[in-house]
Amino acid sequence: MDGDVNARSGALPLEATVLARLRAGDESMFARVLEAWAGGMLRLARAHVSTDASAEDVVQDTWLAVIKGLDRFEGRSSLKTWVYRILVNTAKNRGARESRTISWDSLAAAQEDAAPTVDPSRFQGRDDRLPGHWREPPPAWPSAESQVVAAEVRAHVEAALRELPYRQRAVITLRDVEGYGAEEVCSVLGISAGNQRVLLHRARAAVRARLAEYFAGAAACETGAVG
Amino acid sequence: MTGLDCDEFVELVTRYLDGRLDRETERRFTEHMAQCDGCDRYLDQFRQTISVLGELPAESLSAEARDRLLSAFRNWRRP
Repeated sequence: MDGDVNARSGALPLEATVLARLRAGDESMFARVLEAWAGGMLRLARAHVSTDASAEDVVQDTWLAVIKGLDRFEGRSSLKTWVYRILVNTAKNRGARESRTISWDSLAAAQEDAAPTVDPSRFQGRDDRLPGHWREPPPAWPSAESQVVAAEVRAHVEAALRELPYRQRAVITLRDVEGYGAEEVCSVLGISAGNQRVLLHRARAAVRARLAEYFAGAAACETGAVG
Repeated sequence: MTGLDCDEFVELVTRYLDGRLDRETERRFTEHMAQCDGCDRYLDQFRQTISVLGELPAESLSAEARDRLLSAFRNWRRP
């Protein structure tokens, strides 16, 4: 049952092999590709639509389009990038139907991208001794020694992702959760390298801030319990 | 411009991690990091955040959705 093990670990053969076998109607290969990619696709779909059920619909509609389009795929991008692009378009259409504003280039978005990613009050002002330097350095984080803490940390990160603006959520999901390279992300989302980096940085800073808040709260609880 | 301030440092972290700082800015960045415990810690927490993001559990399609797609594939590829 070699195939089963591979399917679970998500390791696929070379793309040319995958493509040839899909085109030949190899159902076990299709199952493996689904297994390997559907999780990331669900996460990305969720950045665009409001419910888990809609996200799953988007992933299904994407695969139906992929199945129909397989013979027309010209290999100008990787198969995975092509599939993800179809996903983004499907999700955007769906998001528009759900009347979530999908504007990657609006003025509001540009202004949002220019704001500082760390609360300016954390730094000394112009009249202080060291303007632009930390008032108080960020408090240290405990090491995640127990499984319980690790699970809580992951839950807070998931919550932080859900609260991100969708452009940031899409980029951080692809880069940091799914492990795509910067170029692939630009190509899937149709954004510039600079834009990609700004969105990624803002998203990471927001998630870090959320974790900092959680750790500060946990530390306060502990002090309270002891004192 | 010689040194970086902390509020500038925190905005450069992703570019630094992507190896996208020009040589002069990278020199100022690492120099600042060596002298500033707060920023050193900020960078470390940024890295920890990225690593937690990479460890989030994989999601999967519901069994119904998976079955529907498998049968769609079967029907389409073998008409």
